[in-house]
Amino acid sequence: MIATPMDFDELSCPLPNTLADHIQLGHGSGGKLTNDLIKQLFLPAFDNNLLSALEDQATIQLNRWTESKSSSPFDAARLAFTTDSFVVRPLFFPGGDIGQLAVHGTVNDLAVGGAEPKFLSAAFILEEGLPLTDLARIVISMKTACEAAGVQMVTGDTKVVDRGKGDGVFITTSGIGIVPAGRSLSIRHVQPGDCILVSGTVGDHGMSIMSVREGLEFTTVLKSDNASLNSLTRAMLAACPGIHWMRDPTRGGVAAVLNELVSAVNLGVKIEETALPVRPEVRAACEMLGMDPLYVANEGKLIAVVPPDQTDRLLNTMREHPLGANAAILGEVTTDHPGIVVMKSVIGGERIVTMPAGEQLPRIC
Amino acid sequence: MKYQDEYRDPVAAQNLLRAIHNTISQPWTIMEVCGGQTHSIVRYGIDQLLPPEIELVHGPGCPVCVTPLELIDKAVDIASRPDVTFCSFGDMLRVPGSRSDLLAVKANGGDVRIIYSPLDCLKIAARNPARTVVFFAVGFETTAPANAMALWQAKRRGLDNFAVLVSHVLVPPAMTAVLQSPNNRVQGFLGAGHVCSVMGCQEYRDLARQFHVPIVVTGFEPLDLLEGIYRCVRMLENHEIGVENQYARAVPTIGNPASQKLLQEVFEVTDRMWRGIGTIPRSGYRLSAMYADFDAEQRFSLARIDTSESSQCISGAILQGGKKPYDCPIFGTACTPASPQGATMVSSEGACAAYYNYRRRLSPSNAELSNRQVQQT
Repeated sequence: MIATPMDFDELSCPLPNTLADHIQLGHGSGGKLTNDLIKQLFLPAFDNNLLSALEDQATIQLNRWTESKSSSPFDAARLAFTTDSFVVRPLFFPGGDIGQLAVHGTVNDLAVGGAEPKFLSAAFILEEGLPLTDLARIVISMKTACEAAGVQMVTGDTKVVDRGKGDGVFITTSGIGIVPAGRSLSIRHVQPGDCILVSGTVGDHGMSIMSVREGLEFTTVLKSDNASLNSLTRAMLAACPGIHWMRDPTRGGVAAVLNELVSAVNLGVKIEETALPVRPEVRAACEMLGMDPLYVANEGKLIAVVPPDQTDRLLNTMREHPLGANAAILGEVTTDHPGIVVMKSVIGGERIVTMPAGEQLPRIC
Repeated sequence: MKYQDEYRDPVAAQNLLRAIHNTISQPWTIMEVCGGQTHSIVRYGIDQLLPPEIELVHGPGCPVCVTPLELIDKAVDIASRPDVTFCSFGDMLRVPGSRSDLLAVKANGGDVRIIYSPLDCLKIAARNPARTVVFFAVGFETTAPANAMALWQAKRRGLDNFAVLVSHVLVPPAMTAVLQSPNNRVQGFLGAGHVCSVMGCQEYRDLARQFHVPIVVTGFEPLDLLEGIYRCVRMLENHEIGVENQYARAVPTIGNPASQKLLQEVFEVTDRMWRGIGTIPRSGYRLSAMYADFDAEQRFSLARIDTSESSQCISGAILQGGKKPYDCPIFGTACTPASPQGATMVSSEGACAAYYNYRRRLSPSNAELSNRQVQQT
């Protein structure tokens, strides 16, 4: 039977199914689902002040557990501790491999907290049937990355799972670093008027992985940006000890980091689309797939929030470093629209930048 | 970037905005038909920059939004079978069915794959002869040719383990339905450029004549949209009807004859149910008799599916330009991309998702403020 179109008031559409009884891919996206999982499951279970700070690393004040009589929390060096897992596919991609990522990712989680990374551990979960030559390539790659970052791999673990139960190699790395006396970076230090800087072009890693993903292969000169950022953060903190907060925009991209910021401090953020450094090839690939570079993963970039009077000095310092050559001022922290990230578009309109809901999924057309 | 930066130029955008402001003398309601256009308008804040006399309303051109719930339930049913590999474009995976969605099927162990081209399904089918590979063929005239090509190749290659779940819909009949609605407010259209690049402009000429409306076939970049709006306003102000082609760089008047020929072979026009709108005569494709063996609905015995509808969601009204996302009482509260109450929120091209993602809690556009003032007085 053919019906005529209904009157608007009679229209309705179906109730959703928000089944959450199984882990979905989006729970690992670094966006809202990941956040929900952390806040609803992990935080209540492991309830403690170090974890609930939700930084990339826990910064541990050693004198609380020693005989030190110091009254200030920052006049002694502190321990920074972090852990991260790597499940990238394919294992080898333009500009890197899972081993490099496992070192860089953990080094960076320490470095953006103002720590000097020192020691790493690595746990390997290997799938039965993995070519030993692949594993050797990955391990050599990790060795090289450790040497470049000035860290030592001091402990580890190896397990093997049945064929089909893994994706070749999963690597979990943990790291320890030292935060020098007198240094404190925290999301809680962020103030209205602070400037937001990004260390270079965004989206390079995520789109380089996409370019070699099965079913999607496209030819590009694009390479992953994966790199250890500790030499850059060292230079930045030497030039501008007043940096309030740093974070590396990995899963969930710049959008997730800025949304974490506004939700933690109840301030707003305003950024300019024209200021966002994006390589033309990343922009083209994003356009093709209906994705937004703001949400694409990075493995060698950082976001820094700094008082306005130190911004120019910090920007110059970053640009003098090879890993910060394309650094840019992205925008500022505001008291307007607390809790919201707003972006001024290339043609002058404004839109908000939300926390990614889950994985970015390519559009139909 | 070639063909991108030049269509996002701020100076050219200001010039077009000035031209629009200088041309307009009275309120006009213009519908952008395609979800991709809605996405761009809100993403770049185009509607905020327009004079208050222009109200842009969002059309039915989001293929994910208008795919009937019953068909999503069928997709979930087929994808849940142990001998099936179910392939879909990414944005269909999050659309909630009555009881589940395709991402949940995947999380529960179903072989659900995101593909980027329907031709990839054929590779999967050839490599896995013991499995049935089913493709969820969703979309307007834009995506239909590639899907038709997959079917054409599957038939030539004798890939019997390939099937499609067809949900193709056609734009001009939907525009007709909007214009025939007793509640219609639309006075001019921005036509969907990609659709016309396949089908050409002739159907739009007939439509413009029949309903006395101007239609400007329009692209998707900010300057495309501003120029499309400018041309449409100019036609409205001059009381012109007919079709102008703003997107001439991609749209030949006759469209793409090779694609049209393929579509004629693989599909035939049929009545189709549009989610939120109802059944529209001759508004979709089904497989032609020659390709009926590839029909997943025929190949699998599917239990009768009863769908349940919410009384709160107003997606249907939004899809026909009757209401805006802000008009919905559950917008941004009970209904968000993380817990969508209707498809206009779940699809990245849906009007509600565009408003939620880009506009939530920002100031309403000038046009919306103006409308509210009109309603209050």
